[in-house]
Amino acid sequence: MNLKKRVTIGSKINNLGDNMAINEEARDAVGDYKAGWHDPENSTIRFDFGLSEKVVRDISALKEEPEWMTEYRVKAYNQFKDRPMPSWGNSEVLQEIDFEKICYYLRSSDSTEKDWEDVPDDIRNTFDRLGIPEAEQKWLSGVTAQYESEAVYHSIREDLESQGVIFLDMDSGLKSYPELVKKWFCSVVPYTDNKFAALNTAVWSGGSFIYVPKGVTVEMPVQAYFRINAKNMGQFERTLIIADEGSSIHYVEGCTAPTYSTDSLHSAVVELVALPGSHIRYSTIQNWSANVYNLVTKRGIAHENATIEWVDGNIGSKLTMKYPAVILKGEGAHAEVISVAYSGKGQHQDAGAKIHHLASNTTSKILSKSISKNGGRGSYRGLVKVSPKAENCKLNVVCDALILDEDSRSDTYPTMEVSNPSARCEHEASVSKVSDDQIFYLMSRGHSEEEALAMIVNGFFEPFTKELPMEYAVELNQLMALEMEGSIG
Amino acid sequence: MGSQTPLLNIEKLHAGIDGVEILKGIDLKINEGEIHAIMGRNGSGKTTTANVVMGHPDYEVDSGKVTLSGTDLLNLEPWERARSGVFLSFQYPQSVPGLQVGNFLRKSVSSVLGEDFAKGSEFRDKLKSSIEELGIPRSFLSRYVNDGFSGGEKKRFEILQLMLLRPKLAILDETDSGLDIDGIKTVAAGIKASIKGTTSGALIITHYSRILEHVKPDKVHVLIGGEIVATGGYELAIELEEKGYDWLKNK
Ligand SMILES: Nc1ncnc2c1ncn2[C@@H]1O[C@H](COP(=O)(O)OP(=O)(O)OP(=O)(O)O)[C@@H](O)[C@H]1O
Ligand SMILES: [Mg+2]
Repeated sequence: MNLKKRVTIGSKINNLGDNMAINEEARDAVGDYKAGWHDPENSTIRFDFGLSEKVVRDISALKEEPEWMTEYRVKAYNQFKDRPMPSWGNSEVLQEIDFEKICYYLRSSDSTEKDWEDVPDDIRNTFDRLGIPEAEQKWLSGVTAQYESEAVYHSIREDLESQGVIFLDMDSGLKSYPELVKKWFCSVVPYTDNKFAALNTAVWSGGSFIYVPKGVTVEMPVQAYFRINAKNMGQFERTLIIADEGSSIHYVEGCTAPTYSTDSLHSAVVELVALPGSHIRYSTIQNWSANVYNLVTKRGIAHENATIEWVDGNIGSKLTMKYPAVILKGEGAHAEVISVAYSGKGQHQDAGAKIHHLASNTTSKILSKSISKNGGRGSYRGLVKVSPKAENCKLNVVCDALILDEDSRSDTYPTMEVSNPSARCEHEASVSKVSDDQIFYLMSRGHSEEEALAMIVNGFFEPFTKELPMEYAVELNQLMALEMEGSIG
Repeated sequence: MGSQTPLLNIEKLHAGIDGVEILKGIDLKINEGEIHAIMGRNGSGKTTTANVVMGHPDYEVDSGKVTLSGTDLLNLEPWERARSGVFLSFQYPQSVPGLQVGNFLRKSVSSVLGEDFAKGSEFRDKLKSSIEELGIPRSFLSRYVNDGFSGGEKKRFEILQLMLLRPKLAILDETDSGLDIDGIKTVAAGIKASIKGTTSGALIITHYSRILEHVKPDKVHVLIGGEIVATGGYELAIELEEKGYDWLKNK
């Protein structure tokens, strides 16, 4: 087993002493995946395995939700039941998911705290290990930390709050701003969209709710961190971000889970609403352990002259199926999807992007970079559509794959449906291999084989890393260096 | 002089690739402060010799010895050889998209010479003076290693690395091919200044006497079919340029 992973995303790496101790502990506990330790499960509420209308209603009742939300959940549950599994992605692996062997709701803490001191010790330790509190102090505007089904910690800088910025976990969002939630919930991703969006709508819990008022720029990113600790857990967070006219926000998301021999399911829905002239950037680095199915629907609607950017890094999980999407609804709107995927042993990253040009003078850019190693499989699945009425659209798609050994695989499924002849489309794809000569060149400059490979891999990811906040970029590079460790045969 | 340990000592070296023998018993000694040249027609084994000394993993060494100041090189990994002071300027430098030149240089200096050499103003000053000397624009530092470089730019970049890494033994594989006239002069002057009268040495692989005219090598070797068939002074290079290799073929 060569896979080595470590997650201290968001933490400062100059605090090496601490991190090393953590890594050792973690490694002792679980082998190689550095975020793979687990804490004893101290749940206050745990639902039995399996899904039924009763489970759905119970979740809603427990959360004391308004009637309309309960009805949404039930309708979505029926939709989920009736829908077949998706036929794309990896249907073989999808068939392995046993929906009856998943726990759909688990609460480990009775409340969401504003102070880390008040978060139960074992849970706080987990986030300490992941470096979240430290990152918060140094470079974030706000943090929400979710453990299993519920947010356990939540805070936002006061100056933002006083400007009217709302940053809450989704459940609190629904309680405090029911009209706002009702207006936008399911407006971007209807529960009829796909089986997993239906599942999420039925059993969602946690996630973030953000509203940025007109003209407000949130300078530093806000971060959400999702951690699954229990076995056979399903995490179904729901995130809704509304950027009002001329506002701007950068949201960062990280995720990890322990390494268990049985599988967990992460199935989130993220909806972004970028009102005229606003800017939303959503950055993710998912580093789930290799027993997590990560089946996520992410979509945004960009109104006139608004910009939505998805910066999406997929390093972990057993199977990821995720195609961040943007609907360019208003004239002059712009979309960017920059993604990287790393597929190691036993992993399949089926990732890509979807862009729909509905309005004229809209522009989009997709950059997808994928690396496969040790028999891993990476797929790019992309769809760019231009509607007949959308004049003068510009679209640019680049997908590059790097294959590190003979056993690994990379496929691209790019689709362009352009129904307006004035569109300007560019598409480039490349598949490359690391050559012995390239490695030798770097080794001749004093770099070990592993360092050389990491340099090539980091270079390959560079167009992605340079879009990340610096702290993340450094972490990602280190993560990839660890992935490359011991990979030389 | 006769009793000193040679800087580079290659003895009866047999090496090849994929089971095919390319080097058929090479003997070569370079003493400290000496500059040697190897000439020979295409495919005669010049690059193979350089790769074997640097430790390219694709090549198999069947027998023979290669030592640097008496230390066996053949048991070392390429990066250990680099750290022991061997440098190879590649005939075909590889590109690494996404790896920034400035970053790469600092990391390489740190790996080869030690962290202290890569820190602070000393490194920056040396880098600044070296790129000026080589006529490399500053903007190169933020480009990606050899990515989209012209032929001559690649060669200048190899020499920049040579200057920063300060090797004991520099092997230059056709560094002059692709360099313009001024480039050849600059490189030749640089090599001469950094080798003659020092404890370092250089092995220049070339097809042309032009660079040797500037460098004035101590010895010129002719490689044919994986063997050194003739050794002489700078005059031998001139003679080869006039007569070609045929007259040496049956020696
Ligand atoms: N990787 C390889 N696979 C197969 N044959 C090889 C390989 N590398 C070198 N050779 C063969 O070994 C022989 C020597 O090659 P080498 O590159 O050492 O020649 P050279 O003297 O440097 O030539 P040139 O002047 O053209 O650079 C050639 O016949 C070449 O085809
Ligand atoms: Mg050659």
